Amino acid sequence: MRAYIIRRLLLLIPVLLLVTIIIFCAVRFIPGDVIEMMAAEVGEAENPEAAIALIKHELGLDVPIYVQYWRWLGGVFRGDLGESLWTGRSITEELGAKLPVSIELGILAIITGLLIALPIGIFSALRQDTFGDYVGRTVAILCISVPAFWLATLIIVYPSVWFGWTPAMEYAPFFSSPLSNLAQFLIPAILMGMVMSGTTMRMTRTMMLEVLRQDYIRTAWSKGLKEGVIVSRHALKNALIPVITIVGLQIPILVGGAVIIETIFGLPGIGRYFVEALFRRDYPVISSVNLIVAGVVMLCNLAVDIVYAYLDPRVQYK
Amino acid sequence: MAIEAFPSLEESKRRSFLADLFIRLFKEKPLGTVGGIIVLVLLLVGVFAGLLAPYGYNDIFVGPRLSGPSPDHLLGTDQLGRDLLSRIIYGARISLVVGLSVSAIAVALSTLIGITSGYFGGKLDMVIQRFVDAWLSIPPLFLILTLIAVAGPGMLQVILVLGILFGIGQSRIVRGAVMGIRANTYLEAATAIGSKTGRILWKHVLPNVMAPIIVLFTITMGAAVLAEATISFLGFGIPPPTPSWGGMLSEAGRRYMLMAPQMALWPGLFLAIVVYGINMLGDAFRDLLDPRLRGGLGRYDRMMKKIHSTAGNQGEEAMDAQLTTKDVNRKGGNSIKGGDVR
Repeated sequence: MRAYIIRRLLLLIPVLLLVTIIIFCAVRFIPGDVIEMMAAEVGEAENPEAAIALIKHELGLDVPIYVQYWRWLGGVFRGDLGESLWTGRSITEELGAKLPVSIELGILAIITGLLIALPIGIFSALRQDTFGDYVGRTVAILCISVPAFWLATLIIVYPSVWFGWTPAMEYAPFFSSPLSNLAQFLIPAILMGMVMSGTTMRMTRTMMLEVLRQDYIRTAWSKGLKEGVIVSRHALKNALIPVITIVGLQIPILVGGAVIIETIFGLPGIGRYFVEALFRRDYPVISSVNLIVAGVVMLCNLAVDIVYAYLDPRVQYK
Repeated sequence: MAIEAFPSLEESKRRSFLADLFIRLFKEKPLGTVGGIIVLVLLLVGVFAGLLAPYGYNDIFVGPRLSGPSPDHLLGTDQLGRDLLSRIIYGARISLVVGLSVSAIAVALSTLIGITSGYFGGKLDMVIQRFVDAWLSIPPLFLILTLIAVAGPGMLQVILVLGILFGIGQSRIVRGAVMGIRANTYLEAATAIGSKTGRILWKHVLPNVMAPIIVLFTITMGAAVLAEATISFLGFGIPPPTPSWGGMLSEAGRRYMLMAPQMALWPGLFLAIVVYGINMLGDAFRDLLDPRLRGGLGRYDRMMKKIHSTAGNQGEEAMDAQLTTKDVNRKGGNSIKGGDVR
């Protein structure tokens, strides 16, 4: 197992290097007119040539491309992601402040997602092809189809129109005011959890159905065990293992959802930081956020695989 | 000569393939049929938007500003006095164009990559797959927004970025399908009689991975419509005044939504209905085309009846299960993305 983990970590390195190349190239392909636009935004209209040269210098675009990459990668390895073009602040520090917000949101979203998905998924499987099952499956597909940003918009608009109530938009840090912090995260977490729960619900149902058809479950029935016992003691344990994979696989989607939800609800996480950087064309920030997010996703994937092997002794990694 | 006769026979059979698929959809999948009807309505509304819309999508002050529903403006008007119904009808055209063209690009790209990688295998496959791994490690919405930020806003840019993104991500599914048929004797036979590689790929490999490709096309379409709406909502997609449903919910209109809540309601509702319809259709296609449900039991419809009467709706479960097994087997942990970017 330890050898497996080490090998997987080593395998991460080439992929992560490729990720850096993709991100690096994506951001370097800024068309020239964008730099001109940035120069105009800087406001040195009387000397546009110098402004363009300055921006190119700040972006490091004035040296050959392999030197640029080498410089940037060297900084990444030293934990120095560079500075924001806009504020001049260290990106590493900014990310350090914003990452906890997104992680809290992510964890709460996974919890609410599972709280929605598991009961409905299990119920749907137990009452397969009944009215309740159809309702459950429709809910699952609705969760996949209904755009979260629309629901978020409705939640901001309609309660305000009808009851004069709006969700809190001022960020409350967890450690100074835990209750208002949780209250503030509740709606965003439910919305993000909902997006995630559709697929999870279907997976739970599928796996439950598969497990419920197995011989040992029939044995449990013929022993005269109650349904609750069969489900909770016998079926769930095996059915839920693949569900963990599905939850893990949805982490990239979850991170994407954070971009939208944080922007709408004014939470100062990395999603909002990213969108702001995009609006300001703050390219060092854009590449850094991409890199961090990709790294987190890859580590989560690895963690999921390890947890999977731990929970399911039938799976053996060599 | 005799061998040359086979393709034409095969072709004549395949001509009815799509018709056959739709007949089965109608007979066996009520929810899928509903989805199909939604997609058909989107198609018609998108194509005939100019005839159906009472006003132009950017005709300002055709009515009072921010008014509620009225006989003249069934869904009300926005902050510039534009007719919301007309804008939503034209928005259907945007969603339709984006959905279809992104799916076309993505499917073409993923077929190309998937067949190359899956059929030739070896070092080429290894290199391509590590690149795809890296590509899939970056959460899709981040990648889309980054690429759009570099490419600039606009419909063409959105279509290209989404098409390439989904295309690379989903090549895994085509690759898996190709690897699944690679060991078949008919490929060996084709090689043995001296068929050129191009001909084998075109005549033998491609037709046999058509089913997952059709399913991919539908899944991608739903994801693309949603993705376009999402990035337009965030303000990076299709710029105003073009009436993208996502864009209609975004910043420009947000300030006025408290005064005219219908502006928040309708675009999102139609978006949700369309994505729901496409997803239902995709689900039904997936069930109908899952090859593991076919063969061995004689005619498909009779077999389906048999399966339905014993185990209910197995297609969905079988595919979901298949997806997990694949994911676990690969051990790489990277997802086979349906292209969902939310």
